Amino acid sequence: MKKNPLAYIPMQVWTIVGIFAVWQACVMVLDIKPIILPPVPKVLGELFGNFGLYLRHGGHTLGNTLIAFAISVVAGVGMAIGIVYSKFLEKTLYTLLVTVNNVPKVALAPLFVIWLGTGNASKIAMGVLISIFAIVIDTVLGLRSLHPDLIDLGRAMRGSEFKVLMKLRLPNAMPSILAGMKVAISLALVGAIVGEFVAAQNGLGFVILSSQGAFRTDRVYASIIVLAAIGTALYYMMEYAEAKLIPWHESRRSHARPTAPSKPAKGPVAQPVASDAKA
Amino acid sequence: MTETLTAPAPETHPRYAIEIDGVGKTYGSGDGAVTALDLVNLDVRKGEFISLLGPSGCGKTTLLRMIAGLEDPTQGSIWLPGRGLDGLGFVFQRDALVNWRTIIENVLLPLEFKGRRTKAAYQRARDLLATFGLAEFEDRNPWELSGGMRQRAAICRAMIDDPQLLLMDEPFGALDALTRDDLNFELQALWPDPEKTAVFVTHSINEAVYLSDRVVVISDKPGRIVDITEIPFERPRPLEIREEPEFGRIARHLRGVLDGHSARRA
Ligand SMILES: Nc1ncnc2c1ncn2[C@@H]1O[C@H](COP(=O)(O)OP(=O)(O)OP(=O)(O)O)[C@@H](O)[C@H]1O
Ligand SMILES: [Mg+2]
Repeated sequence: MKKNPLAYIPMQVWTIVGIFAVWQACVMVLDIKPIILPPVPKVLGELFGNFGLYLRHGGHTLGNTLIAFAISVVAGVGMAIGIVYSKFLEKTLYTLLVTVNNVPKVALAPLFVIWLGTGNASKIAMGVLISIFAIVIDTVLGLRSLHPDLIDLGRAMRGSEFKVLMKLRLPNAMPSILAGMKVAISLALVGAIVGEFVAAQNGLGFVILSSQGAFRTDRVYASIIVLAAIGTALYYMMEYAEAKLIPWHESRRSHARPTAPSKPAKGPVAQPVASDAKA
Repeated sequence: MTETLTAPAPETHPRYAIEIDGVGKTYGSGDGAVTALDLVNLDVRKGEFISLLGPSGCGKTTLLRMIAGLEDPTQGSIWLPGRGLDGLGFVFQRDALVNWRTIIENVLLPLEFKGRRTKAAYQRARDLLATFGLAEFEDRNPWELSGGMRQRAAICRAMIDDPQLLLMDEPFGALDALTRDDLNFELQALWPDPEKTAVFVTHSINEAVYLSDRVVVISDKPGRIVDITEIPFERPRPLEIREEPEFGRIARHLRGVLDGHSARRA
């Protein structure tokens, strides 16, 4: 029996095609004005017709996002280590972070522009501010949740506290750190865009804002599509990092995935017990 | 001028590996205080294999952890002549292998902690794993091994730095009888060794008698040593010695001691 060649196209592609189809159907059936929702061909035409422009601004936003993310990871893990090992830092720095985290950080974006100017620095700062907390919290949690047996093991092996950190606490915290990084990378993107909304001459946030001013809804949608693509790519980058860095974790072993039901299940599939809820 | 304080001359050949002197341990204070151990005196000879036997909650783990320096006694003192805490290997009830390292990397972990991981050490780890029947599993991940194999790996890890003192907290408690027999046999084969002393915690009378030179029975509430029995069998010991009348007699004696002290509770 020959299989339908369409069956080889992955489900994810069909999902995206489906979204576009529904979009186009809405436009046609409900007769929506292009200023509200332009037809799919118009948006895709704009996107691929002006691809250089989207590539340039997308690259700009992506660059700021990645720099902000990298700073968040290094500084966030560093702070978390300090917080775990120092009562003083726990009382001061950690408290400060929790307080700052409760301020809607987006509200601070205009301040950053005043302090750091309209260049990349204010966008990167915004990205760091929004994303670092996820990393600090998850890393602190991971570093603290070393199993008592492993704490005893570390003490029985009579190594320095530095050895315990490097060989037990940090590896043990890797799944948590990566969970925090997954959240942080999308938040870094949010931060970069918010920064661009406030004041910028570059980046997708700038394109969206200026296109909106010019009633170019097609450009707004094209930018959003590029942003979605960037966000998805970043997410899969983190998935890949997880697969490489913590292949040993319960959530990554093959039995952690529920075996696909032979017939597509209707309704939500129950969460497998074995998989780590946080990951 | 120097003070008249001079350190006692170091004993070059200490007779004992562990000297436990009037040790007690009380957790908490006030009304909620729990006295886990009370007035424990025990000298463990060098090269001796000793088992701690007693009802659940009598303080066996507490005593072992105090010997390992993981907990401080609230009374008395524990003294380890020789290399002290540096020459110590600990096998936990749950093997405490780390998932992010392969089996051989787990075994090498104590040496990394001490900054003494070398090529020769790697070879030693391989030999050790081979001795315990894990030669083919050295590059596997811990979760790919059965419970018994994991426990063997944990023993290898405790032994990699050639400890003078091996402390084991019910290492085979979770295993089926056959696997347990295998591991008991492998473990007793490491003795006699005048340089190696072991303290082994177990609930199993047979296991204690089979493995040990002396079996120490601890009662509960509070934990006290109520009996010390010498086990006379020659080493190496085949598993069949468990069928001998003498073995049965010793086991019955220990059973009697244990029952006597738990009957009081009832
Ligand atoms: N960290 C602790 N805090 C308070 N009480 C404790 C603590 N650890 C042990 N205890 C108490 O001390 C007593 C002895 O505990 P221990 O773990 O040494 O018993 P055990 O002989 O090893 O028992 P088992 O055979 O069940 O392992 C118990 O009553 C226990 O409740
Ligand atoms: Mg115990």
